[in-house]
Amino acid sequence: MDAQHPQPQYDYDAVRMFTVMAVVWGIVGMTVGVLLAAQLVWPVLNFDTPWLSFGRLRPLHTNAVIFAFGGCALMGSSFFVVQRTCQARLFGGPLIPFVFWGWQLVIVLAAISLPMGYTSTKEYAELEWPIDILITLVWVAYAIVFFGTIMRRKMSHIYVANWFYGAFIITVAVLHIVNSLAVPVSLTKSYSIYSGAVDAMIQWWYGHNAVGFYLTAGFLGMMYYFVPKQAERPVYSYRLSIVHFWALVSVYIWAGPHHLHYTALPDWAQSLGMVMSLILLAPSWGGMINGMMTLSGAWHKLRTDPILRFLVVSLSFYGMSTFEGPMMAIKTVNSLSHYTDWTIGHVHSGALGWVAMISIGTIYHLIPVLFDKEKMHSIPAINLHFWLSTIGTVLYIASMWVNGIVQGLMWRAYNSDGSLTYSFAESVLASHPGYIVRFIGGCIFLFGMLVMAWNVWQTIRNGEALSKANRSAEVAA
Amino acid sequence: MSSFWSIWIIALTVISLVLITWLLFSNRKITGSKENQTTGHVYDGIEEYDNPLPSWWFKMFVVSIVFAVAYLIAFPGLGNFPGLLNWTSVGKWEKEVAEAEQATAELYKGFMATEVTNLASDRNAMRLGKRIFANNCAICHGINAEGSYGFPNLSDHDWLYGGDAEQIRASINQGRSGVMPAWKNMLDNNGLEAMTQYVKNLSSTGADSTTPAGKQFAMLCAACHGPDGGGNQMMGAPNLADNIWLYGGDAGQIKQSIANGRNGQMPAHHDKLSEEKIHLLTAYVYQLSRPSR
Repeated sequence: MDAQHPQPQYDYDAVRMFTVMAVVWGIVGMTVGVLLAAQLVWPVLNFDTPWLSFGRLRPLHTNAVIFAFGGCALMGSSFFVVQRTCQARLFGGPLIPFVFWGWQLVIVLAAISLPMGYTSTKEYAELEWPIDILITLVWVAYAIVFFGTIMRRKMSHIYVANWFYGAFIITVAVLHIVNSLAVPVSLTKSYSIYSGAVDAMIQWWYGHNAVGFYLTAGFLGMMYYFVPKQAERPVYSYRLSIVHFWALVSVYIWAGPHHLHYTALPDWAQSLGMVMSLILLAPSWGGMINGMMTLSGAWHKLRTDPILRFLVVSLSFYGMSTFEGPMMAIKTVNSLSHYTDWTIGHVHSGALGWVAMISIGTIYHLIPVLFDKEKMHSIPAINLHFWLSTIGTVLYIASMWVNGIVQGLMWRAYNSDGSLTYSFAESVLASHPGYIVRFIGGCIFLFGMLVMAWNVWQTIRNGEALSKANRSAEVAA
Repeated sequence: MSSFWSIWIIALTVISLVLITWLLFSNRKITGSKENQTTGHVYDGIEEYDNPLPSWWFKMFVVSIVFAVAYLIAFPGLGNFPGLLNWTSVGKWEKEVAEAEQATAELYKGFMATEVTNLASDRNAMRLGKRIFANNCAICHGINAEGSYGFPNLSDHDWLYGGDAEQIRASINQGRSGVMPAWKNMLDNNGLEAMTQYVKNLSSTGADSTTPAGKQFAMLCAACHGPDGGGNQMMGAPNLADNIWLYGGDAGQIKQSIANGRNGQMPAHHDKLSEEKIHLLTAYVYQLSRPSR
C-alpha cells in the first residue's frame, strides 16, 4: 500500500497549536472549576465582586473545559487522525489557520464576556449572538477542512474514527444553529425565538446532544484511533463499530427530554426521552467494549505504559457514566436525583473520567509525534499524572454521589403532619463535607494537569530528538 | 396535539425502533464466523477484526428495545395514545397530594375552632405552625422570622400592614404588594440629598418641617407616610420615624429608595395552603412578636 501511495507530507501546524492549547485551556478551565468548588465551601471567596461570583464563573468554567479544552483536543486530534487514516494532507489551505485562530478568538471572547455578565442564559450555550455567529463560521470552516480531507483519501473505505468525528461535526453544527436562534436587540443582548416548554425542550435537545455528539461521539473518534494505535492491536470488531455507531447517532438525538422529567413538558415527550435513554445503554457500551477488547492480547502493556492506562481507565469511566445516565433517566430514579449534586457527579464522571482522561492520553501520544521527539520527557511523570487524575476523579464523583443522595432524601422527607422535615438550608449544611472532598479532588486533578504542562514543556524544549531509524519508521508507517 | 403531529410522532418512533432492531439483527453474525479475522482494511497501521457482536451485549440491546415497546404501550409516549394504564404525571401528583391532605386533614381541622389569640399559647399548635412557617415563609423571612433586606422582620412590633390576627391572616391569604414610587424625576440631586437627610432626621435628631425639604415631604411623601413620617398600615407605608428600615437606613440606601422607588411583593397563599394551615400559620406569626404569651 505504501509503495503505491507515497507518504503525503502531513500538515501538523494546526494540530501542534491545538494540542498545546488544549493543555493551556485545560488548566485555565479547571482552575476556574476549583475556584468554584472552593466558593461552595467558603462562599466568602467570591469577594463580593460581580465578575468573581459563582453565577458568572460557572458558565466560564463549563465553556472553558468543554469548548476550549475539549474543543482544542477534538479539533487537533481530528486533524491528525483524518490525515493519517486517509493518507491525505489536510484540505482547505487558509481555512486551517482560520479554524485555529477563530476558535481561540471565540474562547477569548467567552472569557471576557461571561465574567462581565453577558449571557443568553442558555445552559452550555451562554455566549451572545455575535460570538454565536463567529462559532458558526469557524465550525463551517472546520467541517470543510475535515470533510475535504476525507474526500482526498487514498483508500476506498473511511476509518471508523472518522465516522464519529464526522457525526460530531455535522450534528454540533445543527444543534448550535437551531438552539442559538435569537432576535438581537443590541450587540450584547438578544432574545431566544423560543419560549416556555418549547424553549426548555430545544435547550435540552441541544444540551443532551452536546453531551452525545460533542462529548461522546467526538471523543469516541479519538478513542478509535489512539487506543488501537497505542495498544498496537487491531480494533476488536468492525461490525460492532457499525451497529453501535448508527444506533448511537440515531438514538442519542431522542434522549434530551430526560432532563425535563416531571416538568411542564408533555408526558409523551418525557416517556420517549426515558425509553430512548434506556435503549442508549447498549450503543454506548458498544464503544467501551470495542475499545477494551482491542486490548485483548495486550493487557500486559498496561503495566508499563501509563498512556495506555489513561486511555483504558477513561473507557471504564465512560462505561460507568453511560450506565449511570440511562439509570438516572428513569423517572422514578430521576425524581430522587434531579436537581441534586448527583447530577454534577454524573457529569464529572464523564467529563473528568472519560473526556479529560482520553484527551490526556491522546495528548501524551501526540506531543512526541508532533514535535519529532523520541518520547515524552518523563514517563514517571505521566504515571504520577495518571494516579492524580484517577484519585481526583474518584474523590469528586464519590462525594457528589453521597451529597446527591443525601439531598434527594432530605428534600423528600416529611413529618406526620405533612410538613417537610428539613429546610433547604439544612440540606446545604449536610452537603458541606462533600463540598470539601470535591474541592480536594478537584485540586488533585488540577495538580495532575500542571504536571502534564511541565512534562509537555520539557518534551518540546529539551526532549530527545527522534532517532534516524525511528524517523524513517514513522514515515513508512 | 393535532392528529397530524400525533401520527408524525408515532411514525418517527416506530420507524426508529424498527430500524434499530433491523440494524442489530442484520449485523448479528453467529454462524460461520471465525474469531480474530481481520476485514483487510488497514488505516495508518490500524487493522480491524470482524468479530461477532458479544452475545450478552446483543441480548441487553434486545431487552432494552422490548422494554421500550412495552413501556410505550403501557404509558403515554406514542403521540396522543394515552397508554393502557392511563397514567399521567399530573394525575399521579394530584393523587399523592390528595392522599397527603387526607392523611393530615383531621389533625389540622381540630384547631379551626380555637381563636388565633388562644391558639398562640397552644404549644402543640405552635409546633405545627413553626413547621408550616419553615416550609413556606422562612426562605424570605428567615427561619427565626428575623427578616432580611427587603423582607420584613415578623418578630418585632413594627408592622407594615398591621399585627392584629385578621391583618396577619389577610397578608398571608391575599399577599401584599408594597409599591413606593420613584421620585428622581420630581427631585433633582440636591433635592434628593436634602430629602434623604430629612428622612434620616425623622428617626434621630427630629426633622424641621419648615425647611424646603420638610415642605416637599409634606407635599410628596406625607400622603402615604403621614405628616410626621409615622407610616400608614392601610397602605403598607412604612413608619420612617422608628429607625427600623426595610431597605437599609444609611444615607445611600435611603436616597436609593427615594430616587428609584421600591417594589415589595408578598405572594398570596390562599390557593397554596389550606384554610386550616393558614389559621395555624396566622397564630404562629401572631405570637412571634408577643413572646410573653
